[in-house]
Amino acid sequence: MGSNMAEAHPVAFQWVMEAKKNGARVVHVDPRFTRTSALADSYVRIRAGTDIAFLGGVVHHVLSNDLDFREYVAAYTNAAFLVNEGFADTEDLDGLFSGYDPATGSYASTTWDYEGARQRATAPMETGMGGPPIEGAAGGIAQDPTLEDPRCVFQVLKRHFSRYTPEMVERVCGVPREEFLQVCRAWTANSGRERTSALVYSVGWTQHTVGAQNIRAGAIVQLLLGNIGRPGGGIYALRGHANIQGSTDIPTLFDLLPGYLPMPRAGQADLAAYLDRLRARTQKGYWEEADAYLVSLLKEYFGEAATADNDFGFDWLPRIDGDHGTYRTTMDMVDGRVSGYLVMGQNPAVGSANGRLQRLALANLDWLVVRDLTMIETASFWQDAPEVETGEIAPERCRTEVFFLPAASHVEKAGSFTQTQRMVQWREKAAEPVGDQRSDLWFFHQLWRRIRERVADSTDPRDEPLQRLAWDYRTEGTGDDEEPDPEDVLRRINGVDLTTGRTVDGFTDLRADGTTACGCWQYSGVYADEVNQAARRKPHDQQGPYDPEWGWTWPANRRLLYNRASADLDGRPWSERKKLVWWDPDQGRWTGHDVPDFPPTTPPGHEPPAGARGPAALRGDDPFIMQADGKGWLFAPTGVVDGPLPTHYEPHESPVRNPLYGQQGNPTRRVYPRPENPYDPSPPEGDPGVFPFVLTAARLTEHHTAGGMSRQLPHLAELQPELFVEVSPELARLRGLTHLWWAHVVTARAAVEARVHVTDRMAPLQLDGQVVHQVWLPYHWGPTGLVTGDVVNDLLGIVADANVLIQESKVATCDVLRGRRPRGAELTALLARLRTRAGITATTGTTLVTAGPSPTDPPRETP
Amino acid sequence: MTDPDRPPPPLDVARRAGYDEPPPRVGFFTDTSVCIGCKACEVACKEWNALPEDGLDLLGMSMDNTGMLGANSWRHVAFVEQRRPGTGGPDEQTAAVEPRLRAAPRGGSELGTTPLPTSPKRAVADLGMPTVGRPGDGTGAETRTDFRWLMESDVCKHCTEAGCLDVCPTGALFRTEFGTVVVQQDICDGCGYCVSGCPYGVIDRRPHDGRAQKCTLCYDRLKGGLTPACAKACPTESIQFGPLDVLRERADRRLAELHGQGVAEAQLYGRDPDDGVGGHGSMFLLLDRPEVYGLPPAPVVPTRSAPQIWRRVGAAAAAFALAGIGAFVSSAFGDDR
Amino acid sequence: MLKAPVWEWKIAAYLFTGGLAAGTAVLAAGADLTRAPHLRRSCWLGSFGALLASVVLLVGDLGRPERFHHMLRVAKPTSPMSVGTWLLSAFGPGVGAAAVSELVPARWRSTWPARLLRGLARALGLASAATAPGVGTYTAALLSQTAVPGWAEVREELPFVFAGSAAAASGGFGMLTAPPAEARPARVFAAVGASGELLASRLMEHRMGLVREVYEHGPVARRRRASEVLTAAGLAGTVLLARRSRAGAAASGIALLTGSALQRFGVFEAGVESTRDPRYTVVPQRERLDAAARGTLDGHQGGRPGR
Repeated sequence: MGSNMAEAHPVAFQWVMEAKKNGARVVHVDPRFTRTSALADSYVRIRAGTDIAFLGGVVHHVLSNDLDFREYVAAYTNAAFLVNEGFADTEDLDGLFSGYDPATGSYASTTWDYEGARQRATAPMETGMGGPPIEGAAGGIAQDPTLEDPRCVFQVLKRHFSRYTPEMVERVCGVPREEFLQVCRAWTANSGRERTSALVYSVGWTQHTVGAQNIRAGAIVQLLLGNIGRPGGGIYALRGHANIQGSTDIPTLFDLLPGYLPMPRAGQADLAAYLDRLRARTQKGYWEEADAYLVSLLKEYFGEAATADNDFGFDWLPRIDGDHGTYRTTMDMVDGRVSGYLVMGQNPAVGSANGRLQRLALANLDWLVVRDLTMIETASFWQDAPEVETGEIAPERCRTEVFFLPAASHVEKAGSFTQTQRMVQWREKAAEPVGDQRSDLWFFHQLWRRIRERVADSTDPRDEPLQRLAWDYRTEGTGDDEEPDPEDVLRRINGVDLTTGRTVDGFTDLRADGTTACGCWQYSGVYADEVNQAARRKPHDQQGPYDPEWGWTWPANRRLLYNRASADLDGRPWSERKKLVWWDPDQGRWTGHDVPDFPPTTPPGHEPPAGARGPAALRGDDPFIMQADGKGWLFAPTGVVDGPLPTHYEPHESPVRNPLYGQQGNPTRRVYPRPENPYDPSPPEGDPGVFPFVLTAARLTEHHTAGGMSRQLPHLAELQPELFVEVSPELARLRGLTHLWWAHVVTARAAVEARVHVTDRMAPLQLDGQVVHQVWLPYHWGPTGLVTGDVVNDLLGIVADANVLIQESKVATCDVLRGRRPRGAELTALLARLRTRAGITATTGTTLVTAGPSPTDPPRETP
Repeated sequence: MTDPDRPPPPLDVARRAGYDEPPPRVGFFTDTSVCIGCKACEVACKEWNALPEDGLDLLGMSMDNTGMLGANSWRHVAFVEQRRPGTGGPDEQTAAVEPRLRAAPRGGSELGTTPLPTSPKRAVADLGMPTVGRPGDGTGAETRTDFRWLMESDVCKHCTEAGCLDVCPTGALFRTEFGTVVVQQDICDGCGYCVSGCPYGVIDRRPHDGRAQKCTLCYDRLKGGLTPACAKACPTESIQFGPLDVLRERADRRLAELHGQGVAEAQLYGRDPDDGVGGHGSMFLLLDRPEVYGLPPAPVVPTRSAPQIWRRVGAAAAAFALAGIGAFVSSAFGDDR
Repeated sequence: MLKAPVWEWKIAAYLFTGGLAAGTAVLAAGADLTRAPHLRRSCWLGSFGALLASVVLLVGDLGRPERFHHMLRVAKPTSPMSVGTWLLSAFGPGVGAAAVSELVPARWRSTWPARLLRGLARALGLASAATAPGVGTYTAALLSQTAVPGWAEVREELPFVFAGSAAAASGGFGMLTAPPAEARPARVFAAVGASGELLASRLMEHRMGLVREVYEHGPVARRRRASEVLTAAGLAGTVLLARRSRAGAAASGIALLTGSALQRFGVFEAGVESTRDPRYTVVPQRERLDAAARGTLDGHQGGRPGR
C-alpha cells in the first residue's frame, strides 16, 4: 500500500517477483493501476489519502472475528496494559482524543498514559527515536492478561475501530465491500504461527497530513497478526532513493543527531539536563545507554577538546528552538529572514511542494550555492522559472547570487549506501570525475579548511565550536586537491577505542567516560576488526539463507529487527517453517540464523529484579528492546503527537466530508496560511465545486525524482519525453478531453499543462452515491533538459504532518480543463478567478477543528 | 511450398554454418510473466551498443514511447492495456494516436502497425490485435473479469532459419559461432533487403548511416564471456540468457508452472523447432496470443518459398524466351506486307 | 509488426528498367540474327540505356552507395538479390559492347578495330540475350522472397506478370523506335507479353487472399487499373494499328511502356502498403494456425485458399 514498488524500486521488486514464483500472493492497494498492480495477484483501487480507514477496517475485521495471533499479541504487545482513566477516545469526542488544545492545535498527551506509569511531557521532536521517557514503564504498568478489562489497550483498540466496518470502508475508500473482505481474508489467512505476511509502503503513505499514523495503522495490523520480528513478516519502508536511509541514520534533519539522538534544545544547559529529557529512571530498553552514545559522538566531534570537565563539549552543539525544517526555512526565505542557502543533491525548484513558493524563496537570497551533476532549475530559476513569464521574477533584478558547483556522481567517488533494510553497502569508485566535478567529501573538506582559516583567530564565542572541531580524517591529495579518505570516515563512524586506538566491535563497547569516540552508535561494528564490513560481497551460494557476509546491517549486522519475537514465550520458534532465532538452553544463550536482537543471555522466562532499569529491566518476553516497556505498541501512549491510535481524517484538501467523525482533517496538521500558499477549503468549510477532483502525483520508472539525473540523458528522456496527465475514460468524457491532446490541471495554487493520457488504469470511485474522480501526473519535468514541461509540484500546497513535518504531496483537489494553460498575466488572472469562485483566501482551509456541531454542518448522529 | 514432412533443421546452427567446434548455441528466454516494464533492458542495450536516441516524442501507447524495434532500438518493451469489460469503445483515442504514430519516425521506419485509414473494415479489434494508442483495447475482454496490463520486452529472435541472413546479398549478415545472427558493419552496403526479409519486423536501416542494424545478442560481450547487457540489467530475470538447451528446459518448466497455477493462456513463442523459422534463439513466454503483443503468430521464413518461387521464375523466364524466339520465328515465316 | 520496405521509388523504377533492358536485349539479338538493323540498333541502345538507368537506380537506393561492389563479395543462391547481381553482371558487358558497337560512327565502321568490336559485340550480345530471360524475371523472386504479404502471397503469378510486363514494354519500345516494317517481331513480342501480363495479373488478383484489399484500394488500385487499360489499349493498337501506321505504332508502344511501368509501381506499392496493416500478416497466419489446430495442416504460407 502507498507504494509503486515495481516502478519506483524495480531492483528491490525482483524479490517480490521471486516470492511470487515461490507461491506468495501479492495484493496491491493504490489509487491507480500501476506497473506494480499489473504484476500483483490482485489490485484494489482506493481513494488517495484513505489508507487509515482501510487499515482500520482490517483491524476491525481481525478483532471482531478473533483472528489475531492471541499468544503473540498478549505477550509481545502492550495489549494487556491498562490506559489511564482520563483517556477519551475519538469515539467520545467526535474524532478528537483527550488533551487537545484548540489554541495551539496540538495535544497534551499525558491523558494517554498507561495506568501506573507517567510520561514526561515534552515538546515535539525533543526526544529523538526513543520518544518521551515513561516513568514506571519497567514493572509499574497495570495490566490485565485476560485482555477483558475495558481499559486495557486491546479493548480500547476494539472500541476505537468499531466504526471501521466493511460498509464504512466502502463509503470512505471506495473499495467494494467484497473486494475489501477478500484482502482481509488473504491477509489473516496468511498470518499466524505457520505463515507470515509482509507489508510494503513508500512515500504514498508518508506524504500525508496523517503520514506517521498511516504507518502506525500498518504496524497495528502486523502486530495483531504476529507479523513483526518474524521472517517473511515486517513492514518495509521503501525509501525515496539510494541512501535516503543513510541520510536519516546520520541525518540531514534539523532535529536529530546521528543515531536518532535528539538535537539539544535551547535552554538545555548541560549534558545531564539533556540526558534527563531522554531517559526515565524506571524504564526498560537500550535508550538507557544514550549517554554512552552521545559522549562518544562528542568525542568524535571534538576529540581531545572534549573532556569530562567541559561536559565533553556538549555546550558547543547547536540548539534548536522549534521548527527549522525545510519548508519553514523556505517560507523564512520569502520573508527575508534567510540570506544564504546551500543546496546539494536536491532540486527544490522542481521537486518540492509549492514550486512557486520555492522559487520565490530562492529569488530572495543574497547567495545560493547549488552543487549538482547538471545545471538544474534550482540554479537556473532566475532566468527560466515560470515566474519570469508572469513577471514575478525579473532576471535582471533578481538579487540572488548563484554559485553552481559541479558535483561528482555516485560512480565517481567511493562511499557507502544504506538501503531500506538498513544494510550498508560499500561502493568503489568506478570512474574518475570529469573536469571540475568533485566529491562531497572534497567540498566539505575544502570548505572546512577555508572556514578554519577564517575563524582561527576569532574570539567570538560563536566560533568556538568551529575552532574546537577535531577534523582529522586521513586525507588523500594535497592543497586544493586534498580530500578525506571515505573509508576513514566510515571507520570513524564505526567508533574507536581511544585507549587502544583500534575500532570498537559494536555499540555495547561504547562508554560514557570519554574513552570511546563514535560517529554514529548504530553503525558501530561496520568497521569491526579494522575491516570495512560493508564491503563484504560473499555470494549467496557460499553462505546461509540470511547472507550475513554480504554488506553489513545496522544494528550489529542484524538482518531482522526485534527477532526475539520469532520465537515463542519459551524461546522456541513459533514454527519450524518460520524459525529464525531461538533460546539454546544448553549454551544458555540466544542463537539462530540471525544475530539475536535481545540481551544474548537473558533467558525466555526471565523476570528482572525490582528496581532494574535499562536493558537489565527487560523481561524474557520483551522483544521490543528499544521501547520503554519492551512491548510492541498497539497503543502509543507517547511519541506520536497526533493521537495514540490512528484515526481516519480526510486529507487537508478533499472533496469528501469525513463520513466517520465530525472532525474532518487531522486536528494537529501544520497549516501555513500565506498568500502564496492558498488552500482549497474542504467540507464543511467549503464545497468541492471548483476543484472537484482528487489529484495525486508520483514518479515513473524512467525518470529520477525532479529529473536532474534523467532529463539530461537522451536514453532516459526518450522513454518518457513529455509530461502527461492520466485520466479515466469517464473523466475524459466528463471534461471533453482527448487522448494526447492538451489539458491543464488547476489547483488553488497553479495551473500545469500536460498531454492527456486516457487510460483504464484510472477509474472513478463510487462512495456513498458520490463519484470521485482521481487524476495522476508524474512530476519529473521542469524548464531545463532535453525534455521539458511544467512543474507539477507547483500544484501542491504546503501542509504538514505534525510528527515529522512531512508535506502532504500525495493528495490535493483539482480540476482538469481542456487545452493549454494561459500564459503570463492571463495565467495569474485565471488562477485569481478560480480562487474567487471557490472563495479561497490566504486563510481558507486553516480551521483545524470541525468536531462537534457547527453551523455549516448539520448535527451528526452520535453512536 | 513448405513441405510438412520435411525434418526440422538441426538447432546447432553454428555447426551448419561451418564452425568446427562451436560453443553451445546461446539465446534469450524472455519470461513476460515477470516483466515489470522498467525498460532497463532498453537503456542497457543502448548504453552498451552506443545506439542513438530514437525520438523524444510522446506516443501515447500506454507507457511505451519507443514504439517498435528498429535500427536504434534493439530492445523494445511493449505495453498492452487490455480493457476492463463494458467500458465503451476506444475509437476516439485510437483516432488521436494514429496520425501521431504515422508521423513519428523510428530508426528509418515509420511506426508500421497502424491500421490503414484505407482499410475497408477495421477488423483489428476482432482479431485480438494490438491497436495503437492503447494496445490491447478491446481484446478479448469478455473472457476476463478485470483490466489487464501486459508487458513484454521484445528483441531480435535470432531465428534458426533467419530470413534476414538468407537474403543478405553481401554476406554482411552472418551466423556467429554462438548461433546468433549479426550484421558486420564494415560489410553492409545498406541494400535493405534484410528489412523485408525479416518476418518479425526487427531489422531496419538507420537513417544518415545507411546500414542495417539490429540486436547482436551483444556479440562483443559474448566474445568476452559476458552476459548480454539487457539480460544483465533486467531486475526480475524476465530476460534470461544462456545456452539454448538450458533455456528451453527452463521455459518448459515455467510454462508448466503457470499452467499449474491456472494461467491457461500462457504460451511459449519461438520454442518449437518445427515452426516456420525453425525456432528462435530468443524465446518468449507470453500471457496471451502473440498478436496481442504485436508479434506475428506463425511467421514462416521467406526462404522456404524459394524453391517454389524459382520454379515459377524459371517457367516465366522460359516463356519469356520462347516469346522472344517465337516473335522472330513467326515474323520470318509470317506475312508482313 | 513488419517493417515497411526501405526501398524507395528507385527500386520500383528499376523493376521497369530492368525488364525493359532484358526484353530489348532479346529483341536486339533477334534483330541481329534476322538482319533487322534498325530494330537491332534501337534495341541495343535502348537496352543499354535501361541497363545504365537500372544500375544508377540500384546503387542510388543503397544506404551506402560507395559500397555497391560489396555485392560481388559473395554469390548466395538463397538471396535473389545476389542472384540478380550476378545475372546483371553477366548480362551487362554484352549489352554494353553491343551498344558501343552500334555507336561507332559510319565512317569508321570498316576499320579493323571496329570490325573486331562488332564481332565481339555480336557474340557477347547474343550471350547477354541468353541471360536476359533471367534478368527480366528474377525481380519477381526478389520481391516474393520476403515477408511482405503483398509480394510473398503473389509469388506464383508474379514471375509471369513481370515477364509479360517486360516483354510488353520491350515490344512497345521496339515499336516506338523501329520502323514498322522491321518491327513485326517487336509487335508479336509485345502482343504476347501484354496478353500474358493481362492474364497473369487477373489470375493473380483472383487468387489473392486477404491482401487483395491493398491491391483493390487506393493509389495501388488506380495504378494497376490504369496499367491494365493502357496495356489492353496498347495490345489492341499493336494488333490493329501498328502494322500500318507509324504513329499508331508509337502510340501503342508508349501505352505499353507506360502500362508496364504502372504495373511495376502498382505491385511495388501494394507490398509496401501491405506491411502497414498487421492484419495482412496476422490473419493468414492465424488461419493457418487454427487450421493446424483443427488437424488439417496444409503447410503453405499465407492463407491462400485451395492450394
